Parts: sequence; C-alpha cells; structure tokens
Amino acid sequence: MWVWLARRLGQVVPTLLILSFLIFGLQQLMPGDPALILAGEERGDPQVLAQIRAELRLDRPLHEQYLHWLGDVLRGDFGFSWRIRMPVAELILQKLPVTAQLATMAFLIGALIGVPAGILSAVRRDRPADWLANAVALFGISTPNFWLGIMLILLVSVELGWLPPSGYVPPTEDFRQSVATTIMPAFVLGTNVAGVLMRHTRAAMLTALAQDYVRTARAKGLPERVVVWKHALRNALIPVVTLGTIEFGRLLAGAVLTEQIFTIPGFGKLVVDAVFNRDYPVVQGVVLTTALIFVLLSLVADLLYMAINPRLRHA
Amino acid sequence: MSAPPALEVRGLAAEFLTDRGPLRAVDGVSFAVAPGRTLAIVGESGCGKSVTALAIMGLLPPHVRVSGSIRLAGREIATLPPEERRRLRGAEMAMVFQEPMTSLNPAFTAGEQVAEALRLHQGLSRREAFARAVEMLAHVRIPDAARRARQYPHQLSGGMRQRVMIAMALACRPRLLLADEPTTALDVTVQAQILALIDELKRETGTAVVLITHDLGVVADHADEVVVMYAGRIAERAPAAALFALPQHPYTVGLLGAAPRLGRAAGGRLASIEGAVPDMARPPPGCRFAPRCPFRIARCAEEAPPLAEVAPGHASACWRAPLESVLEAAA
Repeated sequence: MWVWLARRLGQVVPTLLILSFLIFGLQQLMPGDPALILAGEERGDPQVLAQIRAELRLDRPLHEQYLHWLGDVLRGDFGFSWRIRMPVAELILQKLPVTAQLATMAFLIGALIGVPAGILSAVRRDRPADWLANAVALFGISTPNFWLGIMLILLVSVELGWLPPSGYVPPTEDFRQSVATTIMPAFVLGTNVAGVLMRHTRAAMLTALAQDYVRTARAKGLPERVVVWKHALRNALIPVVTLGTIEFGRLLAGAVLTEQIFTIPGFGKLVVDAVFNRDYPVVQGVVLTTALIFVLLSLVADLLYMAINPRLRHA
Repeated sequence: MSAPPALEVRGLAAEFLTDRGPLRAVDGVSFAVAPGRTLAIVGESGCGKSVTALAIMGLLPPHVRVSGSIRLAGREIATLPPEERRRLRGAEMAMVFQEPMTSLNPAFTAGEQVAEALRLHQGLSRREAFARAVEMLAHVRIPDAARRARQYPHQLSGGMRQRVMIAMALACRPRLLLADEPTTALDVTVQAQILALIDELKRETGTAVVLITHDLGVVADHADEVVVMYAGRIAERAPAAALFALPQHPYTVGLLGAAPRLGRAAGGRLASIEGAVPDMARPPPGCRFAPRCPFRIARCAEEAPPLAEVAPGHASACWRAPLESVLEAAA
C-alpha cells in the first residue's frame, strides 16, 4: 500500500510538468500581440512597444520565456497581471475562495439530491419513482446553466423578490447574505451534478443489487433497508465517490457562464476577463491552478477509492 | 405420534412471467426431510432444483408466482406475510450458495458478516456477536479464526469462504439448511472437506439438510433420501440406497449410466443422455422425459404419469414402473 502511495505521488510531478508545458505552448498560439494591447494609445510608437516587449521578455526566445516562467511558478510567483497590475498569485488567492464556496455548495446540493434519488430509482426500477427521477436527472443534465440561471433570476429575484439577483458577499462578512448571494448559482450548478450523480448511483446500485452477496444478505433475514443501504450501497458508492470527486474538480475549475450571469467574482469570471484582455500571466496562472486542483483531486479520489474498497487497501 | 418433519413441501410450483408467457420452472414438487437427515435434490441445470430452494427460502423475485404448501416443523410458512417470512430466514432456515467467491460481501470482513445474523436474530451486541462469530469460524475449522474474522473475503481462499458461508448459515442453529451446490466451485479435496463438515454439523445440531447437487457421487456419500428432478417435476423420489440399487425412472437410469443405450456414466458424474431438456415455456404434453426416453410407449406422450409408489418409500413418475422387467428386456 505504501509503495502504491509513493508511486502514485511520483506520478503527480511529471503530470504537472507536462501540463505546464502545454499551457505555456497553448498561450503562444493565441492570436494578438499583448504589447499592442498594453501600449494602448501609444501603440504607434515602436520605442514604447520595444520597451514593453523587453520588460515582459517577449523579445526572448520561447524556451527562455518558458524556463523563466516555470522557475517563477515554482517559487510561487505566477507573474504580474498586465492589465489589473496585481501579482497573479494574489489575484488567484482572492478569487479561489469565492469559487470554492460556490463549488462546495453546488456539490452538496448535487450530492444530497443525486445520490438518494439514484438509490431510490434503482430500488424502484421501472416504476413511477424511477421514471420521475430519470426525467429530473435528464432535465438537470440537459438544461443549459445560463438558461436556468436567467429563469431563476427572473422568477426568484425579479418576480418574487426573495433573493438578490447578483453580486457576492464573503461569508466572513455576513454569512446569511453570503448564502443568499450564492444559493441560486449553487443550485444551477448543483442540478447538473445531481443529474450526473443520480445516473451513476442508479447504475451502480442496479449492479450491486444484482450481486450474489445481496442474495446472501436477504438469506440472512436482513430487512430490505439494511440490504439496500448497507450491503448494496457500500459497494455501489465506490465508483460514485470517484466520479463525485471529479465533478467537484469540475466545479472548482470555475463555472464561466454561471459566474458571469450572477456576477460572482470567482475563477470563471477571472479567466474570461483575462482571455479577452490577452492578460497572458493571469490565463496561465488560472489554468495552471485549475490543472493543479484536478491533479490533486484525482489523487484524493484514488485515496478515497482505496479507503472504501478493502480489495485495494490490502493489495 | 412422531415429531413433524423439519421441512415438508407439498405441490410446490414456481411460475416465472416471461415475454413468451408464463414458465413453470417448478411444477408440483413434494418431499419431506426429518431433523438430522439429508435429502439430496439431483438434476441437470435448469431442472428447477435451485428455484425449489429459493422458493422455500422465499427469495424468489416478486414477479415469480409461488404456490403450494411449505411447512417448517409443522408450521405453514408459504402463506406468511413477507415480513414474518423474513424473520425466519437466517434463524429457522438458512442457505449456502454455489459461488463462495461472490456470495460474500467484498466490503465487509468475514467476522462482521457472520456476526450480522447473530445481532439480528439473537439480539446480541456488536461485541458479543463478533465474539460468537469468531467461535463459529473456529467451529467450521477456520484456522486462526480470530485473525481471519478481521479479514475481507478477497483475503480468503474459496474453501475458506465457503466455510464462512456455512458458519453464517448455521450461526443461529436453523432447523433447515439448504445447500445449493455448495462445493461445485471448489477443488475436489476441499469439496470432500466441506461436505464432511456439513455432515458433522448436521449430526451435532440436528439440522435437516437439503443438498442440491448434480454430482451423484456426492449423493451416494452424503444423502439419506434423494429427489430426482427433471424439467421442473419430480421424476423419482427414494431412499438413497434404493435409488442406486434399483432406479425406477428411465431418467435416473440414464443418470446412473445403468443402461448402455442411454449413454455412459463418467466417474459418478451425470451421464450424457441423448436429446435435450424440453423448452420449459412449451413443455411437451404427457411425460416431459418422453421425447428422450428409450422405453416410451404411446401413453407417455399423451398423459403425464403421476408420482406413484412402486415400493415402500420409493416413488416414480413413470407409466412403465416398476422398471425391472423393462430393463431386463432391454438388456
């Protein structure tokens, strides 16, 4: 087990290196000259442009730019935003908690709806409860977030006036206001997660319920709820936990459209603004952070998988 | 009057609703087992032996219609509400399955799985139940039971897993143990050990055993009585010694490989019999074995023979029984 863990951790480093290379490379393919954008009114002055290029090392060969950037990143220096005039690391640290809060709430909503619905629909297979759960899951997966977001704002904020339509308040400032500003976007993102988790929980439960050990549990005289919630669920959750972790990673990567609609100052909004402004250091920093989150979460997924699957723990 | 049999089944039928209409997997099966005795149910795959056991346990899915009488120590259980039926499972009757590799839950330790039944039926605390489970595991001869109880099924060998299954089934000292091909998936040496263990525990606790098998060698060594099933019905029912000495149904004769025309016996295993088991959704009228039977007469295809005694305690569902003269003529 410890060997496995060491090997698994060893995989993280090359993965991240390859990622950094890809991210840097993709940047170079983006059209537009950042020096021209930064120069603004003075874009006609070749001297100003040359100065900007020298400052940003844009006049250096690519591999030199990459190594410089990578060295900085390793020291925790993600560069300096050309546009916002702030260290990228600071920007990310500012936006990350907002998205993390939104992602956590969305994930909780998704898991609390999706997992029980999946169990129920597997147990009531081919009966009305199953049809209903499947219809709701299909709705959750196929409804575009921006549409659902706009509809919610129109209904809950404009018509009923129950919740603010946009904006964000940090929980440290006012917890209730913070929940009020994030609950709608969290719900919009959560419906999607609920749909995905419901479908997978249902499939995993159907598989588990058809296993011989479930028949053994019934032969022991266990009540059906123990058969379902203990014997079947414990095994069905193994794949669902892995999937759930990846879904959580997806949420942490930022919900571009949803954050735009609800004007939540999170990761998604940061990256969109940065792309439009050709603010390369910010784009690089955000994408690299996202990738890092994904790599770490897939490590967490593997660890969880091992924790709940005795077959791996003792392998 | 003597005590009622541990299990008495009368006219048991199980009907599956399929796309092609109802399918009677078990059709009018009757037998009884006394406490401390072993009854073997023998037959090819698909003859209804496992369905019979599952019907007795009440473990068939809801869309299977079960009818007939099932008496456990004289008490009718076929008509009990599901909840009361459930309470009997694991306490009064228990079952060991064919596949020890998949019949244990991979997510729980062996000890936990044995302890579960004790906590449920005997109201023991978690700690007491686990201690009892360790005793049970030692009792079914699992070496180093205290350590094994804390291991997961994947850490145990097939034979050991089947011992765990037996410990689990017998933990609450049931009146009836249904063993559905308990050794088919195991090595030959382990097979013998497991069957000897079941025999020993049976003697010790007075549990009645229904042993489902397709292995006639197992029947000869471990059964007191035998029921031979063919296509959902009983072909022959007899004390084990009588069945081997003088089979009274052509199908049994074929199984034993006694008649050269019916095929050859291979080391106590089922001999091959020409033809195939009938389509159970459209069984032939009359005797279901008739299409494959070398001794059939006109009546066999028209009218199903009832299960009738040909000797005391020896019943056969064949128009031509007793078969002595028939077999002589064939030889």
